[in-house]
Amino acid sequence: MDPTLVLQGVLSGLLFGGVYSLMAVGLTLIFGVMRVVNFAHGDMMVWGMYLALLLSTRAGLDPYLAFVACAAALFALGLAVQRGLVDRIVDAPHEMQILLMLGVALVLENLALVAFGPEPARVRSALSTATVWLGPVFVDVARLVTFAVAVVLTLALYLFLFRTDVGRTVRAAADNTYGALVIGTDVRRVYAVAFGVGAACVGAAGALVSPILPFQPATGLSLSVASFNIVIIGGMGSLLGAFIGGLLVSVAESLGAVFLKPSLKELFSFSLLIVILLFRPAGLFGKRL
Amino acid sequence: MMAPLLEVSGLSKRFGGLQAVKDLSLAVAEGEIVGLIGPNGAGKTTAFGLISGFLAPDSGAVRFRGRSTLGLSPHELCALGMARTFQIMRPFPRLSVVRNVMIGALGRHADPRDAEARARAVLDELGLAAKSGQPAGSLTLAERKRLELARALATEPVLLLLDEVMSGLNEVETERLVEEVRAINGRGVAILLIEHVMRAVMSLAGRIVVLNYGERIAEGRPQAVANDPKVVEAYLGDESVGAAPA
Amino acid sequence: MGPWLWLAALAVLLALPAVLSGYVVTIFILIFFYGFLGQAWNIVGGYTGQLSVGHAAFVGIGGYTAAMLSIEAGLTPWIGMFIGGALAAVLGAIIAYLGFRFGLRGFYFVLLTVAFAEVCRILASNIDAIGGALGLYITFTGNPRQFQFQDQRAYYYVALALMMAATGVVAVIERRRFGIYLTAIREDEAACEALGVNTFKYKMLAMLVSSFLTGIGGTFYAYYLFSLQPSTVFGIPLSVEIIIRPIVGGAGTLLGPILGSFILTPLGELSRSYFGQGGMYGVHLIAYGVLLIAVVLFLPHGAYPYLTRLFGGRPRA
Repeated sequence: MDPTLVLQGVLSGLLFGGVYSLMAVGLTLIFGVMRVVNFAHGDMMVWGMYLALLLSTRAGLDPYLAFVACAAALFALGLAVQRGLVDRIVDAPHEMQILLMLGVALVLENLALVAFGPEPARVRSALSTATVWLGPVFVDVARLVTFAVAVVLTLALYLFLFRTDVGRTVRAAADNTYGALVIGTDVRRVYAVAFGVGAACVGAAGALVSPILPFQPATGLSLSVASFNIVIIGGMGSLLGAFIGGLLVSVAESLGAVFLKPSLKELFSFSLLIVILLFRPAGLFGKRL
Repeated sequence: MMAPLLEVSGLSKRFGGLQAVKDLSLAVAEGEIVGLIGPNGAGKTTAFGLISGFLAPDSGAVRFRGRSTLGLSPHELCALGMARTFQIMRPFPRLSVVRNVMIGALGRHADPRDAEARARAVLDELGLAAKSGQPAGSLTLAERKRLELARALATEPVLLLLDEVMSGLNEVETERLVEEVRAINGRGVAILLIEHVMRAVMSLAGRIVVLNYGERIAEGRPQAVANDPKVVEAYLGDESVGAAPA
Repeated sequence: MGPWLWLAALAVLLALPAVLSGYVVTIFILIFFYGFLGQAWNIVGGYTGQLSVGHAAFVGIGGYTAAMLSIEAGLTPWIGMFIGGALAAVLGAIIAYLGFRFGLRGFYFVLLTVAFAEVCRILASNIDAIGGALGLYITFTGNPRQFQFQDQRAYYYVALALMMAATGVVAVIERRRFGIYLTAIREDEAACEALGVNTFKYKMLAMLVSSFLTGIGGTFYAYYLFSLQPSTVFGIPLSVEIIIRPIVGGAGTLLGPILGSFILTPLGELSRSYFGQGGMYGVHLIAYGVLLIAVVLFLPHGAYPYLTRLFGGRPRA
């Protein structure tokens, strides 16, 4: 076993992990506040990628700038899904919520299939070809930038949740919906903000990852699975858990890809999911926002 | 002397930092009615969970009909003759009332026709026969309380654990349910009763066990317990009890 | 509805192939086949309320087993289909045991079933002995002993028989203690335990029956389409096909899956052939997604209970 190869795997996994963290923070935010699992999370992220592709090919906008627009667009999508659909069934039995979100996932994935076709796509960025050598291993500059921006965005989200009034209300509602109702919070508005921000996370994450990850409509499922792996490991609803879990799962997948042949890489993710489900810890970092 | 029907000794359960039940011992003899009372949060419902197999104790033992119930699941205990009701009622809302009761009866009558006959008999007895075709979700609070009792009764228990079946009922309804519980006991079914409605416990129970902060602070005949200073003190801090011990 | 009405409906279905065109017969074959799969899923997903979104795995295991036994050992698929069903039931038992022992509910159980189906898909794609990613192709002989028929109408009757058989099984279960327990487990497991119901045992049994029947369906799939590909036969889209009919028709009702199949199969087939020609493959799945959302929002118990209420019938006790 070549130690350089392992080191390279860890490093590229870690850098990719920034995007995973951002994606998982979005999922855990939605779950923490509403107790609704966003099955369409990966598919929403794929839409972020395709929006970046459109902005790049039609408007010549670099994805490292376009991510702001993608986040805004996905915020609107998240808001619409929450206001139009999820809002009506927040108190319904869990199966109903699961089926609804499965429906949303089906629609989003196959709309992408109809609109963009099944062929893998990739977004060009000015940074795509640049690399830097760090001792024995090399780093794509694109990966580095993706990582940096994703981490900054995650930190910004923390600041939003812990330092602003709206953010504090969201966290309070996550802790105790009933209590929030009693003190007069507009819970529907909090839900809308949470779902919107959660979706905006994958909008940005999708755009940021689009120059370094070839994607197609079916990519949504593997991203969803990765998100589930991360938030279950980190503890459903835990922001810190989602952040650290994102880095962990990304490194694990990256190492898995070093040791396994490419066609078995997915096997690793799904096997990981089964193991995590069965030995589901209470989460590495508790359960609460 | 014969061993009691239910014998609980040294039972303890902790949830995180909260000692919900601490070193609890109590016994119920065959045909007896025992009341389990205490202020809110005293650990009564946790004690029920431990006795009926829904929760595993940290330490202590439960013996039912002379055998240890350690590791038995709720359905096995039910088959042995222990039935419970839930404080927060859990009807099967989409099933009809008679179906609800049949679920309890099917354990001893595998043929659905026999189970239905048994269920209808129980519904008759508890005055719910007129409602048997309705979905359980459509019942009033008082009716749901009685359905909860009917289902438990349909399992043909020798020991019935009743968790606040009277709470939320008006005076007339309470009076009626007290009579029904007495009638059930009259047929030889022992009853362990958690109740906030003091008048009901006082008139039904032959013996009362008082819990506070998970511990047994008093035990004895209703009148003696009601006059116990420790009990009075425990209840003074709890404004939720409308009627102080009579 | 009285028994005479049922007999009349059955007589019509038996006589139909004599008057229908080949294309319509094909649609009916798919209606029956998906009705059969939906009915099999209904036992565990509808009556018991355990949402499996991985039932495609049982179709795949059943189909691959029968096809491999026929190709490698010359065993007739008429026997192979039961061995395939048994192996599917073994997988069902593993999934159910793990899921129920470890207390996975709702969302977690859905993920477990999806993950198992995907693991099966990836494994099948990577095992060269069973055709790898390209899958298995079955040469057409037209020999009924090989589960192959020159005449479409033979498939029609086999598919109808499968659907009737599964419906018969469910009708029997519904009347027995087993079925009555399942409907209560769906509503509240803890209350069931308190009333003496061994919920683990009955959930396991439901999954066993369901996966066995679904596995039998795999043989029909293989010998009707003459090919098995890991991505289609183990894929999530097939699992969605399986669950959507009973959900739209009425999960946990005897006729829901059949009604759902009569509604959805023609829709799915028409949009597939219409849009598929233009190269747009996902349209019927978009339609399914919209339907799922609409059913949850407007008809949470499905079409069958709605129709019985509409026509003055009383829901079953």
